[in-house]
Amino acid sequence: MNKIWLVIKREYLTRVRKRSFIVMTILGPILMASVFVIPMIIASFSDDEKMVVEVLDETGWFYEKFTDTEEFEFKYTVEDLTVAKVKLMAEDEFALLYIPRRELTVPSSAILYSLRQPGVDLKSYISNVMSKEVESQKLRINLDEMTLSEEDRERAMKLPQLIRTDIELVTMKMDESGAEEETFTEVMMAVAFISGMIIYMFIFIFGAQVLRGVMEEKTSRIIEVMVSAVRPFQLMMGKILGIAMVGLTQFLLWVVLTFAIVSIFQVAFVDQLPGPDVRMAVTPGSEQMAQQVSPTEIARVFEVINSINYEVILISFLFFFLGGYLLYAALFAAVGAAVDSEADTQQFMMPITLPLFLGFIIANMAIYNPDGQLAVWFSMIPFTSPVVMMARIPFGVPVEQIWISGILLILGFIFTTWIAARIYRTGILMYGKKVSYKELWKWLRYKS
Amino acid sequence: MALFQTENVSKRYAGHTALDKVSIEVPEQSIYGLLGPNGAGKTSLIRIINRITGPDEGQLWFKGEKLQQKHISNIGYLPEERGLYRKMKVGEHALYLARLKGLSKKEAHVKLKEWFDKFGIGGWWNNKVEELSKGMQQKVQFIITVLHEPELLIFDEPFSGFDPINVELLKEEILNLRDKGTTIIFSTHNMASVEELCDHIALIDRSKKILDGKVKEIKKEYQSNTYSVAFDHFDGLLSSFLDDRFKIVDEGEDEDRRFASIRIAEGHQSNELLERLVSKVNIHAYNEILPTMNDIFISVVKENEGK
Repeated sequence: MNKIWLVIKREYLTRVRKRSFIVMTILGPILMASVFVIPMIIASFSDDEKMVVEVLDETGWFYEKFTDTEEFEFKYTVEDLTVAKVKLMAEDEFALLYIPRRELTVPSSAILYSLRQPGVDLKSYISNVMSKEVESQKLRINLDEMTLSEEDRERAMKLPQLIRTDIELVTMKMDESGAEEETFTEVMMAVAFISGMIIYMFIFIFGAQVLRGVMEEKTSRIIEVMVSAVRPFQLMMGKILGIAMVGLTQFLLWVVLTFAIVSIFQVAFVDQLPGPDVRMAVTPGSEQMAQQVSPTEIARVFEVINSINYEVILISFLFFFLGGYLLYAALFAAVGAAVDSEADTQQFMMPITLPLFLGFIIANMAIYNPDGQLAVWFSMIPFTSPVVMMARIPFGVPVEQIWISGILLILGFIFTTWIAARIYRTGILMYGKKVSYKELWKWLRYKS
Repeated sequence: MALFQTENVSKRYAGHTALDKVSIEVPEQSIYGLLGPNGAGKTSLIRIINRITGPDEGQLWFKGEKLQQKHISNIGYLPEERGLYRKMKVGEHALYLARLKGLSKKEAHVKLKEWFDKFGIGGWWNNKVEELSKGMQQKVQFIITVLHEPELLIFDEPFSGFDPINVELLKEEILNLRDKGTTIIFSTHNMASVEELCDHIALIDRSKKILDGKVKEIKKEYQSNTYSVAFDHFDGLLSSFLDDRFKIVDEGEDEDRRFASIRIAEGHQSNELLERLVSKVNIHAYNEILPTMNDIFISVVKENEGK
């Protein structure tokens, strides 16, 4: 056990100290953060004529409360919602804000219909105005009820809590045909896609490191020196676990640094909205960009990550990364031990990369239909489950499915480790022999 | 007493037999030469001794006990093909291997410094392995092999990659270790060093042991009663005055002298040849030709091939 620990420590420290690791650790978050941050910056420089926002306020609370800003012009309407929607499409107005009447309660929600992605500045401006208005109304109601007793003083103390209002602003993206889509799912899809892809990338990158590490030890004959001190299984597991820890370190550093960078920009760009200088991200030149990742999405990504999903995704990512990595890393180690040179790896890499890639493809389909047969089944099979499951989790997956998938994954990596250990201990000391699958099968059956 | 023994050890791989009932006995505090042509099965045997692989049949004994995993820390092995992590720092690498052999960090550090200074590579502690010459890397590997002071050391071609000066340094260290009580199994193709170092040998050819014993006794066994003579030029044939007790194996000459190697038939003394020669030629040198290990190796292996 002590020896495995020594091996883990060496594998970990030599890799973490490498310049390439440090560069990746710094570049990764900058790249990831820039996906979020660049649109914000673009948004702040873009310029456009004023965009019309139609306000359909059934409550009547907010009449004339939205004042025109440099880029938005608010028009008030009393038409029926359906009529207003048709008008929105016909007259190329930017958005329609619909504030439905609530019986017995104060207004607390609104829907923003738009043909394009509404910007975060608009959204936060609306929320801001609405909550301020509702708060002042609430305050007035509360003050009206006040008497001069001592209780009032106590109540007055609680006022900030009593009147605090969160406006739930739902954005609906409409297409030309008038179909509506709650754009919130796009965020889910983005999160699903990103987590699926990162897990796929991580398994590949760190699995390949195991392969290269094992090959280095074999081709440079380090293994000859090592096997008299360590059992081959200890060496293999030490390497696999050491590199797993490198992967986890990298991932956690990415998460922390990305959050740090994004938060700084969030504070710098989002919170100052809707200032008069901030414009929408829909200048003709940046339309493509704005379509893909508009500031609104960023805000929603923040919402998603700030909500409960954050923990669930992180924990499941760690579990499925570790499980998937251990499953594949063992196979990568076996291939590294079986071959003599990089060129020989090709024939054995296929069966490893194929299921992993298949998982990636299915994950891409799963984000459109996370509860479809295909997605569910492939999120159970250990070879594809890490990537596919990660793509499903942001949409919410039944707990029992996660359990089954997790247990199967654990069984899966125990199985591949068992196979890999048998190939490894024979292959690692076998030189100059062109190895075939038949040969590997023989190695599997050798007794120790 | 034998420190290490193998008893009818066999190892078969799919399609061929690597070892066929090999029994050797390595006496304590000796240097035991394990000889044989390439592919004879030496490395297979060494790996079995190290418990890197297991034998299909046969027993192994370490100090009278059956060889077990716990004995492995008492064995040091310097493989023939040996590598180091190129990107690691030398000192760090040496410490890593030393700790894998069970030394504590502190102990390893002290001992390593000692050996590094002894071998003149103390200044390289913080360099990367790839910056070292091949000879220096070999030194590091040698140090790591002996550092934990095992009772049995196995050296597989320890001198490859060393210049003559360092070969001497290494030989001295090996003899030193033997004198301190270590038993050494020494596998090599370099017969000159076998003669210089080994007390015992075993010769393995085509997976079988075909010869073993004390070097001195083996040499005696293979001596052919042949003598070399150097004498002044003279007109005539050497064979003209030698009868059938003597057989000329080899003849030659240079500007100053003529030479001959003459084998004396069994049952006859060297003095009889000398008497013959003294009266006919002016002798400058006369001595017995002892078989070298090289000769013995070649003749035994060739003979085995004929079988």
